[in-house]
Amino acid sequence: MTEAAAETTERRVRVVLVDDHRMFRTGVQAEIGQTDRTGVEVVGEAADVDQAVTVITATRPEVVLLDVHLPGGGGVEVLRRCATLMAAAENPVRFLALSVSDAAEDVIGVIRGGARGYVTKTITGTDLVDSIFRVQEGDAVFSPRLAGFVLDAFASTDAPPVDEDLDRLTQREREVLRLIARGYAYKEIAKQLFISVKTVESHVSAVLRKLQLSNRHELTRWATARRLV
Amino acid sequence: MPVAAPRSAGPSRASVPEEQPLRKLYRSADGRMLGGVARGLAGHLGLPVIWVRLVFLGLFMADGLGVLVYAVFWIVVPLGIGGRTSEPRSVFETTPDGRRRLRKPDKGQLFAVLALLFGATIFIGNVDTGGNTNYVWPMLLIGAGVVLVWRQTDNARRARWSEVGRRRRLLQLGRAVAGVALVGMGLTVFMVVRGSAAQLGNVLTAAVAVIAGVALLAGPWLVRMTQDLSEERTMRIRAQERAEVAAHVHDSVLHTLTLIQRNADDVGEVRRLARAQERELRNWLYKPEGTGKDEDEEPDTLAEAVKKSAAEVEDKHGVPLEVVVVGDCPLDEKLTAQMQAAREAMVNAAKYGGEGGAVQVYAEVEGRTVFVSVRDRGPGFDPDSVPQDRMGVRESIIGRMQRHGGTARLRSVPGGGTEVELEMERSE
Repeated sequence: MTEAAAETTERRVRVVLVDDHRMFRTGVQAEIGQTDRTGVEVVGEAADVDQAVTVITATRPEVVLLDVHLPGGGGVEVLRRCATLMAAAENPVRFLALSVSDAAEDVIGVIRGGARGYVTKTITGTDLVDSIFRVQEGDAVFSPRLAGFVLDAFASTDAPPVDEDLDRLTQREREVLRLIARGYAYKEIAKQLFISVKTVESHVSAVLRKLQLSNRHELTRWATARRLV
Repeated sequence: MPVAAPRSAGPSRASVPEEQPLRKLYRSADGRMLGGVARGLAGHLGLPVIWVRLVFLGLFMADGLGVLVYAVFWIVVPLGIGGRTSEPRSVFETTPDGRRRLRKPDKGQLFAVLALLFGATIFIGNVDTGGNTNYVWPMLLIGAGVVLVWRQTDNARRARWSEVGRRRRLLQLGRAVAGVALVGMGLTVFMVVRGSAAQLGNVLTAAVAVIAGVALLAGPWLVRMTQDLSEERTMRIRAQERAEVAAHVHDSVLHTLTLIQRNADDVGEVRRLARAQERELRNWLYKPEGTGKDEDEEPDTLAEAVKKSAAEVEDKHGVPLEVVVVGDCPLDEKLTAQMQAAREAMVNAAKYGGEGGAVQVYAEVEGRTVFVSVRDRGPGFDPDSVPQDRMGVRESIIGRMQRHGGTARLRSVPGGGTEVELEMERSE
């Protein structure tokens, strides 16, 4: 922890917490909000969609910790209404979904809405801080479970459509995802596949992009098969 | 309802062998001819049906009194479950006559119909002498319509006991329409006969006006009543749902919280309880169907089997296991062996590598290959340094996989955790 602290104190990241559970906000704030130690500065809190949009627009944080289940339309609605902020060329706002639910439809929903990562609320404080920094740098944060969902979503058992190469995962991306699903850290994946950590990250970002862009049959079929849509 | 009577009337017949306990009067839904009143009464009094019917017929001739009595019974007495169930049939079987009647219902019905026709002719003849014949037919029409509609309600009630097919339902609708048409026709003919046909237009307008007026006055009240009714129903459903949630929370969460309070000093136990509870609640909340309580059943797909094994290991050793499953397939013999090996690997990981954090379990079905990986971040060990007599890994995992035609790889670095990879081809 001391090593990590020394590493992070130079950097600062401004964070907004969106969660309708006040006690949970307080807990997260207590765990990550000691700016001197963690480098995370909580600049705002919100409990519902309207409040969240107002606070995010006003404070322009670098990262938003976003709960999936929110009064007023849920996290997806916040993402929709903050689309311009996300796409901004300068200081884009990035979203990290933080939810108690690890149901497939929630996860896939917010990722496709533009969130850069998804972690469950059982995550430790250290890991959460780490994830926040990774998201702030523009990387995607994939939990093993999220990787599993994505693999599931792209795994097509039927004959693959020919002209949708863009939506398919490359062999490498699949390998990377598989290792994430098996619980490997990015550093370990890099070592395993003899590539650099940066390459791992770019693979993951590519997967995330494909997931957000893809609106093809696979996802639909996958969701339909699970009665998610 | 004449409930107290049976004892005095029944035992007069010596052939009633057994003393029935208190019998409630129902109209019989089975083997009835009209409303089931006669049959129900006969069963209730322990008399042959034909007697009751004859009595009704006799009353019928006494200026139609029988009709009145019959109608009152029909309206007041609820329809009972018919001869399909044992109860009413056993009532009939106590009397020899009734039994015979049940076996040969055609004869009795034939006789009854004949008697009815006979009575009807007499009735019509009686009325004929009264004067204006023209009133009889409209009355009969109206009567038939009323009977049709009334029997309809009986059928609707009976539909609750026995599943009624779509064709039956259509038939019922047709009957209702026919009944209404008959009554309407009867009323029209009645009017025409009375000679008020000339004013038919006026009368109709007046009737429509009256009906409209009544609708206007009573409409809001009716709407209000249906609204109240549906509101009450939703409230009841909501209350039921709430009760179910409360019951679930009580069964699981409250008990667990109590246990946690009692074991507050034992961190491992608290963690174990919380994990188990979290998992169960999650199942209950997010599973599309099922209550999350049917975990006792033997799993028949790979995903279920992996999750179940992981849950059991988690409960037993108090170490969190993170399970990720990609794809799914039915379990066969080989996969069952693989599951056993995987379970062994999970137990090992929880036992020896649990301090390093959650154990990662990953299962993937890709084509015909099933891949399972179990990974912990514990201290790890040197596989070659394990003594020859230690059989856990060698036999339960590697040996078992090889015997069933699969492969097992074990990777462990001292200080770097352990990973077990199991690969198996599906048999079909």
